[in-house]
Amino acid sequence: MSTATQDKGVAERSMGLGLRWLNKLAGSDLLDRIRIRKQVERALFSGTKHGFRSATTAGRTFKAATNLTGPARQKTGKPRSLFDISPDDEQQMLQEGVRDFAEAKVRPIAKQADFDRSTPEEVLSQANELGVNMLGVPEELGGVMHEQAAVTSVLIGEAFAHGDMGVAYAALAPGAVATAIGHWGTPEQEATYLPAFTGEDTPAAALAILEPRPLFDPLKLETTARKDGEDWVLNGVKSLIARPKECELFLVAAEAEDLGPALFVIEPGADGLEIEDEPAMGLRPAATGRLLLKDVKLPGTALLGEGKREDYVECVQRARVAWCSLAVGTAQATLDYVKQYVNERTAFGEPISNRQGVAFAVSDIGIESEGMRLATYRAASRADQGQDFAREAAMARRLCAQKGMQIGSEGVQLLGGHGFVKEHPVERWYRDLRAAGVMEGALLV
Amino acid sequence: MINLEIPKKFKPLASQANQVATEVFRPISRKYDEAEHSYPKELDMLASLIDGMNEGSDIGGAGAAGVRRESNGDADAGNRNGSNLSTVLGIIELCWGDVGLLLSMPRQGLGNSAIASVATEEQLEKYGGKWAAMAITEPEAGSDSAAIRTTADLSGDEYVLNGEKIFVTSGDRADLIVVWATLDRKVGRAAIKSFIVERDNPGLKLDRLEHKLGIRASDTANFTLQNCRVPKEALLGNPEIDTKAGFGGAMQTFDNTRPLVAAMAVGVARASLEETRKKLEEAGVEIGYDTPALSQSAAAARFLEMESDYEAAHLLTLQAAWMADNSKPNSLQASMAKAKAGRTCVDVALGCVELCGSVGYTENELLEKWARDAKILDIFEGTQQIQLLIVARQLLGKSSSELR
Repeated sequence: MSTATQDKGVAERSMGLGLRWLNKLAGSDLLDRIRIRKQVERALFSGTKHGFRSATTAGRTFKAATNLTGPARQKTGKPRSLFDISPDDEQQMLQEGVRDFAEAKVRPIAKQADFDRSTPEEVLSQANELGVNMLGVPEELGGVMHEQAAVTSVLIGEAFAHGDMGVAYAALAPGAVATAIGHWGTPEQEATYLPAFTGEDTPAAALAILEPRPLFDPLKLETTARKDGEDWVLNGVKSLIARPKECELFLVAAEAEDLGPALFVIEPGADGLEIEDEPAMGLRPAATGRLLLKDVKLPGTALLGEGKREDYVECVQRARVAWCSLAVGTAQATLDYVKQYVNERTAFGEPISNRQGVAFAVSDIGIESEGMRLATYRAASRADQGQDFAREAAMARRLCAQKGMQIGSEGVQLLGGHGFVKEHPVERWYRDLRAAGVMEGALLV
Repeated sequence: MINLEIPKKFKPLASQANQVATEVFRPISRKYDEAEHSYPKELDMLASLIDGMNEGSDIGGAGAAGVRRESNGDADAGNRNGSNLSTVLGIIELCWGDVGLLLSMPRQGLGNSAIASVATEEQLEKYGGKWAAMAITEPEAGSDSAAIRTTADLSGDEYVLNGEKIFVTSGDRADLIVVWATLDRKVGRAAIKSFIVERDNPGLKLDRLEHKLGIRASDTANFTLQNCRVPKEALLGNPEIDTKAGFGGAMQTFDNTRPLVAAMAVGVARASLEETRKKLEEAGVEIGYDTPALSQSAAAARFLEMESDYEAAHLLTLQAAWMADNSKPNSLQASMAKAKAGRTCVDVALGCVELCGSVGYTENELLEKWARDAKILDIFEGTQQIQLLIVARQLLGKSSSELR
């Protein structure tokens, strides 16, 4: 069976189910009674437009362009002798570029992107032009960074998320796949996939680790990779993937037979690989979805690198640091926004910021967001210097999950009822900040 | 180039301080907690050793030595790791040993810090090498240090001090007391100056020593100043009442000393965490960094939560000191560090006692002592609430009359 016919079959089957459900709903008075017919009709429109569950369709053909004799790797930096919190000149330039972009291009469209569950192509390609997706590509394959760039990635993630976390997720997700292949891929995988990430037309791609269940532990995957002769057979479900419909490449984590958790390169179009829409409370501009794997057969070469456990663990750690960088940016956005609001909003005849009950909440946002930032920088800087950063990544994640959410909540609280309505962005940040403690994989530094 | 690791050049200092903490402080920790008000004579020899360490400019400073700011803006001289950072690192290690004993270290008082920070060359010469305590708080003026009532009246070549001072750390043991007094109570902050009073001045009368919740090795004295006469030259800093400069002079000391108190809190928190981890692991609790905290045992999850707060407090403290070393204005970061470290230290030390149960609560171990010691660190050098006030004013661009 060709991919196309199978695609149609699955799409029709699932569409049929969905339409039956919708038809039943449309005939009910309930919609009119609770006045949501318009919304449902719009959902119907986009539902039929995108399909409820669909097979993945093959994207571009990736072909090894160069012949590498060994893996190309970015070097770790020399151990730094002095304590320092200032970015270097190059980092500062990149940081400022992304900061300006986030302010001019991302923040203004964030509200609509959240509503549409879609980030405009234009914004994604502009972000790509800034080079955000090639930080982990070794120089030999067209990359620009000679040394590992975890700190640079953190600075960029932070600046981007100051514009919007969901748009940042949509824009930065492909880079995670490039970074993973650049760090741990075989020479052949590097030569095959990485050149595409250095050009203008970067493929959408996703690093899929998270699975939909409570107390998910990335070291105890339920997605399995079974050996079948030379081949691998994968089964499982992955959650909260950015823009799965557009993805032309997946890196999927699975418990591999005889190996333990490892990553597998999968091109869409493979038999048994399906995507399903999975809207969440936040990260909506990334149009999150699930990836379903049912007896997906992959060649032996699909295993990323040598499938070493330590590579996978490092990948999990790097992802956590990346999500921290987004949380730091969103926390800073919250601080900047509430500062202005509480100074301008008056009650009882004076700005509400003249009251300690309000002002101290702002202090706490400032203190905790700064703590989050420093912990995140520390983890990234250790990674760049080739030092173990398991502890530092865990510390940063704990802070960003907990304090980040506190900040998100306090941001809404300080605006009172106004914080609860969509006229102000704080309710969006509240929804987005919850992600930092939930997400695994998906982004990398 | 971003790097938040302890610089290599300070590692010998930190390990030296750690040895002092391990070999000198810890073994006598319980003894002087029980024998409140008796002088820890073991510290005399140590103090001389530390004086020696302080001689070097960059590498020195294991204790609360003065933290003089490099005021000549050599901004483009590049990144500096200097005495503020090294002092903070030393204090963390020593307070990992015992914070009460650190506060009792001869010649390492807050008064020394004030003198070293703002004294003239002549004053440095006259008072250098002596042990100086700091007297700010009064029965009616705590956090509100601008409201102090102790007066200083110029009479000929002398100032005459009158008033009452409480909570003077090492007040009985020190050679000098740096006393805050007002030249003119009508003027407010700008008239507040500090004066160096010799401990044997007949006008300085010790009322009593306090019995305390923690840091019992450190004596806390209350004084009455009754027509206490000091030479004109005993005034620290500028004798003019400059209403524009306001409180700046006096408060500037705090920008430098708050990171030091934050460092004390970081040290106590680390001591509690390390001991608790050991005990939990002995009890079979595994604490991992790669497994999500909430997928581990409740004890492990709580531990990781506390450790992450410790991490933030530690890094905020290093940041504040690093900024001082690099002549960056750090009053915001100094208060952030003090606020975070102060509350973290209390939460961590008390949380560790809870995790360790009766082992943590009883006097067989030091955990209960650290939990008692911790509380003062969220109070002195500006309470939690004062730090939040300073941070809020800075973030919101508020004056002290707008946000009171």
